Amino acid sequence: MAKRSNEPLLWALFSGGGVAAAFLLPVLIFLYGLAFPLGWLQPPDHERTLELVQHPLTRLVLFLLCFLSLFHWAHRFRFTLYDGLQIKHLNPAINLFCYGGAVTGTVAAAYLLWTLP
Amino acid sequence: MKPPVAYRQYHPKWHRTRVSTFWWSRKWSYLKFMLRELSSVFVAFYVVILLLQLHALRGGPDAYQGFQDWLRNPLLVILNGISFLFVLFHAVTWFNLTPKAMAVRLRGKRLPDVLVAAPNYVAWLAVSALVVFLLTRQG
Repeated sequence: MAKRSNEPLLWALFSGGGVAAAFLLPVLIFLYGLAFPLGWLQPPDHERTLELVQHPLTRLVLFLLCFLSLFHWAHRFRFTLYDGLQIKHLNPAINLFCYGGAVTGTVAAAYLLWTLP
Repeated sequence: MKPPVAYRQYHPKWHRTRVSTFWWSRKWSYLKFMLRELSSVFVAFYVVILLLQLHALRGGPDAYQGFQDWLRNPLLVILNGISFLFVLFHAVTWFNLTPKAMAVRLRGKRLPDVLVAAPNYVAWLAVSALVVFLLTRQG
């Protein structure tokens, strides 16, 4: 029997991550990267942030955001390295770095969100 | 009549011109493709920041304040500024893909691309407004 390809699953994760990142990252990076540090807007304090993140829906959204965005990165970056730099002979190392990184980040996100006080 | 195909013991070598490693820097459309692909690095970069933020959040008010002070580092602000531009580019190119991936027909006519992409932008605006509201609402 022919070995089934993982490619459709990886592509679906890439695509899901593309959607999640497109909808949420611009506003989040604008707030946490620019507006809050530069004092344009007042950030929520520790208590309020904790209260927000503790909500099951927020936890779910943040988990999916981390999980899908990381696999989006892994898939896209893998092909950036293949096509952009033409380093096909390093494929196994690139795959390990990309998908290994994505899995590690996803596990970290699950742990942090699950065990939040 | 076609001439008979001669049998060859060895396959002739194809001529392939070597593509430069920097092929994508020659033309704006190629460069745009590469920049779009590179936006994924900034997507991953944000996830790392988010994970650090969650870690600080668990550490209590002092650790969280420390995280927020760390974000004020000018180097990080510049990096986040670049990151913001890249994810913006990602979002726009992603939303504009919808009409290419999905041809919507109404009464047998194909809807113009702008109309297919438009709902994405409306939803994007709504989601962004909701996030700003949730994170800046006082009390």
